[in-house]
Amino acid sequence: MAISREDVLHVAALAQLELSEDEIVRLTEQLNDILAAVGKVSELDLSDVPPTSHPLSVVNVFRPDVARPSLPLDDAFANAPERDGDLFRVPPTGAAEESVG
Amino acid sequence: MPEWEAVIGLEIHTQLKTRTKMFCSCEAGFGGEPNTRTCPVCLAFPGALPVPNETAVEWTIKLGHALNCRVAEHAVFHRKNYFYPDNPKGYQISQYDEPLCIEGSFVVPGPDGDSEVRIVRAHLEEDAAKTIHVGGATGRIVGSAHSNVDFNRGGTPLVEIVTQPDLRSAEQAKRFLQLLRQTIVELGVSDAEMEKGTLRADANISVREVGEAGYRTRTELKNMNSFNHIARGIDAEIRRQIETWESGGEVVQETLDYEVKSDTVTPRRRKEEADDYLYFPEPDLVPLKPPADLVERLRTEVPELPGARIRRFEKEYELPYYDAEVLNGSAALAALYEQVALEGIDAKAASNVLMNDFVATGVDPAAVDGAELAKLIAARATIPRESFTRALIESGDPDFRAETYLGDTLVADTAELEPLVERVLADNPGQVAAYKGGKDGLLGFFVGQVMKETQGKADPKVVNELLRAKLA
Repeated sequence: MAISREDVLHVAALAQLELSEDEIVRLTEQLNDILAAVGKVSELDLSDVPPTSHPLSVVNVFRPDVARPSLPLDDAFANAPERDGDLFRVPPTGAAEESVG
Repeated sequence: MPEWEAVIGLEIHTQLKTRTKMFCSCEAGFGGEPNTRTCPVCLAFPGALPVPNETAVEWTIKLGHALNCRVAEHAVFHRKNYFYPDNPKGYQISQYDEPLCIEGSFVVPGPDGDSEVRIVRAHLEEDAAKTIHVGGATGRIVGSAHSNVDFNRGGTPLVEIVTQPDLRSAEQAKRFLQLLRQTIVELGVSDAEMEKGTLRADANISVREVGEAGYRTRTELKNMNSFNHIARGIDAEIRRQIETWESGGEVVQETLDYEVKSDTVTPRRRKEEADDYLYFPEPDLVPLKPPADLVERLRTEVPELPGARIRRFEKEYELPYYDAEVLNGSAALAALYEQVALEGIDAKAASNVLMNDFVATGVDPAAVDGAELAKLIAARATIPRESFTRALIESGDPDFRAETYLGDTLVADTAELEPLVERVLADNPGQVAAYKGGKDGLLGFFVGQVMKETQGKADPKVVNELLRAKLA
């Protein structure tokens, strides 16, 4: 399956990236190269290998439900571009966007 | 005009009341000054790694059992990618094609039989932060000057329950949600309060002509924050869709908000690509393989649930459906009823007192000694109304004893009541004449007058006898 120009534009829109014409061409090529490299795997017969979502064989890693201290406010805001009192200030979220559930 | 039926499926989110968040050790739950419950994980600082909350996983399995789900032998967390300030990572950790609980069913008893709603899945994910829109003339998102974010809620464990489109009316959907809510609360895994947002529900709605096979285009209705709003919102959308089809139009797939004030639905504008979340397995988390013995242990921890209890009450205490449902309005009320009924008093009489008089007092059923309450109910015919009500109000006190009120017996002494009866008759010559002229119903009026004179303490049986004798 090759990556088309439309695929690149679609992913760029999802990632909220604006790409120049040069970048669109270059990224389409590069993504196709990556896909071709990974596609090597499909040359093998893997019909009896279960899908792998994680390279480790480890499962069930948990932490107990015990609270630990949170960050002091000033540390929490250390990287924030803008702060409004005790809140993170962000650009207005337009009606065209919405959160998900 | 064709006859229409609605096809409704629900998507429910319920916040687990674990002490800490889903993937970090920050305190979870309602309250806290803004952004005081945050850390590198839930603020998505680079390099921070999530670790799942064991209790949240166990509670989700427990909830899965309550929904008769199969617990997956292998489950995986996925990244659901989207950009919005309520999620600092740029993705929500959720579950996709390998959720924890699958293929269940939930039975809602009713007066005319059970209705069964199939459950597609119940999976575990993290809640988003709270976004506050500032400025803007109307307080709506449109036109707000900027937005502020409080990350305290961000990362709270959230279970998403998805039903099959098995519901056929707004009322049925509401009843399903109410019973589901009570089940979740009784499991002890969530407070599930719609007003606080710890229980939220979206509805997928379509309509079709009765007898029609398959489904028509559905819409998704959001923004409903009480059981009544859900019922009204679904009704409004059903009306809109039927009108659309009947006027030759076509329902289009879209997301709608219910506006309470105008009782109408309005479409949400959204980006074209918004539904493409590019799910992929969360590489920072290893898979879940719930051990069989844990799954079994959690199954045994599920208590008798309200739906089953309603049916048992009907059978065991031979109560009408209505009584069984009201008494099961909370686990504590149901438990109190059983304590009272076990004392051997009339089951229906006990039900009447609990459903009406007791519930009206607002006393916490869990605080009441059932055996004492049973004594009081057994003797209610001999206790004046006012004393009985006062007793119920005080029944939650730790030192409440029924015998305190049993002394307030009714006045049955004819020597004491006779002059009162005579005075009432003398004061109302008109009514006496009317009664003698055939207006039998006036007997109740006279009884009422005597009761008033005695502040309800007269034995109605004796008063009745005296009145009949005097008026004969």
